[in-house]
Amino acid sequence: MSAIQEVATEAPAVEAVPKRAMTLGYGSSLIMLALLIVVPLFVKNFIIFQLTMLLIYGLAVLALNILTGGSGQFSLGQSAFYAVGAYTSAILMEHAGINYALTLPVAGVVCFAFGFLFGQPALRLSGVYLALATFALATAMPQLLKLGYFEYWTGGVQGLVVDKPNAPFGLPMSQDMWLYYFTLAVSIAIYIFSVNLLKSRSGRAFMAIRDNEIAASAMGIDVATYKTLAFGVSAGITGVAGALGAIAVQFVAPDSYTITLAIQLFLGMVVGGVGWLPGSIVGAAFIIFVPNIAESFSKGLSGAVFGVLLFLVIFLVPHGARQVAMVAEQLIGRLKRN
Amino acid sequence: MELFTNQILAGIATGAIYACMALAVVMIYQAIDHLNFAQGEMAMFSTFISWQLMQWGVPYWGAFVLTLAFSFAAGIAIERLLFRPLAKAPILTNVAGFIALYSIINSVAGLIWDFTIKQYPTPFGSSPFLGSQLISTHQAGMIGVTLLLLVLLYIFFQYTKIGLAMRAAASLPESARLVGINTSWMIALGWGMAAAIGSVAGMMIAPVVFLEPNMMLGVLIYGFAAAVLGGLTSPFGAVIGGFLVGIFENLAGTYIPGVGNELKLPIALALIITVLVIKPAGLFGRPIVKRV
Repeated sequence: MSAIQEVATEAPAVEAVPKRAMTLGYGSSLIMLALLIVVPLFVKNFIIFQLTMLLIYGLAVLALNILTGGSGQFSLGQSAFYAVGAYTSAILMEHAGINYALTLPVAGVVCFAFGFLFGQPALRLSGVYLALATFALATAMPQLLKLGYFEYWTGGVQGLVVDKPNAPFGLPMSQDMWLYYFTLAVSIAIYIFSVNLLKSRSGRAFMAIRDNEIAASAMGIDVATYKTLAFGVSAGITGVAGALGAIAVQFVAPDSYTITLAIQLFLGMVVGGVGWLPGSIVGAAFIIFVPNIAESFSKGLSGAVFGVLLFLVIFLVPHGARQVAMVAEQLIGRLKRN
Repeated sequence: MELFTNQILAGIATGAIYACMALAVVMIYQAIDHLNFAQGEMAMFSTFISWQLMQWGVPYWGAFVLTLAFSFAAGIAIERLLFRPLAKAPILTNVAGFIALYSIINSVAGLIWDFTIKQYPTPFGSSPFLGSQLISTHQAGMIGVTLLLLVLLYIFFQYTKIGLAMRAAASLPESARLVGINTSWMIALGWGMAAAIGSVAGMMIAPVVFLEPNMMLGVLIYGFAAAVLGGLTSPFGAVIGGFLVGIFENLAGTYIPGVGNELKLPIALALIITVLVIKPAGLFGRPIVKRV
């Protein structure tokens, strides 16, 4: 409309989070871990299943957090990577008869490659455009999975049914409980990997890119490589989460991986606090349990209640669970001094 | 050859839907630099309001005008209440806000009017237009309305004082504030106008896709594709983009083997990604120069 070229200083997509503030201290980590180990011993199988899903979504949110909180790139398309991971695992188990535990690394590698490749065109996009491109990917995924060409492998619209594994070595555990501890072990491994990744040279490069891309490239950081790498790592972890999800739910079908899932994961990250890795599990709890709570308020209005709760979170605690944790930490510190 | 021309005509007819929606998307993008993911739902809600008014016996054009006024006011109210406090927040928070708004509007509309499909009247009739089987008078009317909207917007932005103020507020907010433009209210006005344009789009689209709370999801995605193709900074480009997406969709469905109805959506999305990668500013958009 105007002849003048627009000059914009773009607002940062994500607020800068200092590296130390991205993780928990040792003490709180151990308490959290103890809770995660002990609680399932005292609850019913259905709740154990929900806790397993909590860990799985937590992993997926964590993956998004590395991408967005770490390297400052958006994604509304995580459900696509989740779907690829789930299908990789299910197809390997059903068609090739491979052990479920061995399908996880394969799913991770396949998704890493997929994410890395998708990261190539995404390099040229930022902010809202990247959100749009990934949104497109997530909407297209269910349709692609339904395609006739792959029907032999993917089972088309019907999807694939997966067997739930038994506890090995004759351990006296229900299937649900075994799967929970299996997921917990994988999650801890990935969490430690993520924390170390962000502490490493690559992690510092991610954050430099997030805070100021031009300055980062002036410092000698290969922006293109690290941005695609962040996409790859994030997709890889999401893929593992998807594979675990397929095993836990015992079923994969195109319509379980719609844009809704991607939006849920995105909301989980915002609620948990962008760039705060432990918040991922809080975010996962929000997306698993809040729709149920909303439903209990009013059946017809569950969507509205969910929206209102989300607005409350945005307005009252814009930094999500991270903010709550920091306030709590300060309070405890003050109590100790008195 | 006849098949080809027919497909292009049909493409233009569907393209008019996308063009309408893309125009609303571009309006809001101009004002706030965000893509409003709840835009489609706002349009859907307005359309339901007009339907309700007609059920109460208000004639079509009366309901049309009342709905425009309602949407304009509601757009401003949403901005003042919900999104002005978020103006300084990171993009992420805003996107979460749009999703929350989407969820609320969709659920409330479902509760008030339930999810059954409703017929929606058209003021233009639905007989074949000029004897062509492919374009009905309604579709011709829709193309006319879209072009009329475009002309009105052009006049508004080029020849009125308030249009000039809105352009200034959008391109250089700080300088605009220094010359005495109330930039905050210009943004609210942008929301109001986008909501009103969206409601026109909704009322034009409803006779084609039928009225129900989820009617806008697919349309919105094509609207985004159209807006991106034409350039998010150009209302003219958005309309052209809308027609192009409609034509492209039809031609791809006819001539590329294996692209049936099920692949039309992925095709539109592939188009978004291709355009973004090759020409991020779109066909008619201004490239944005970043200050270091």
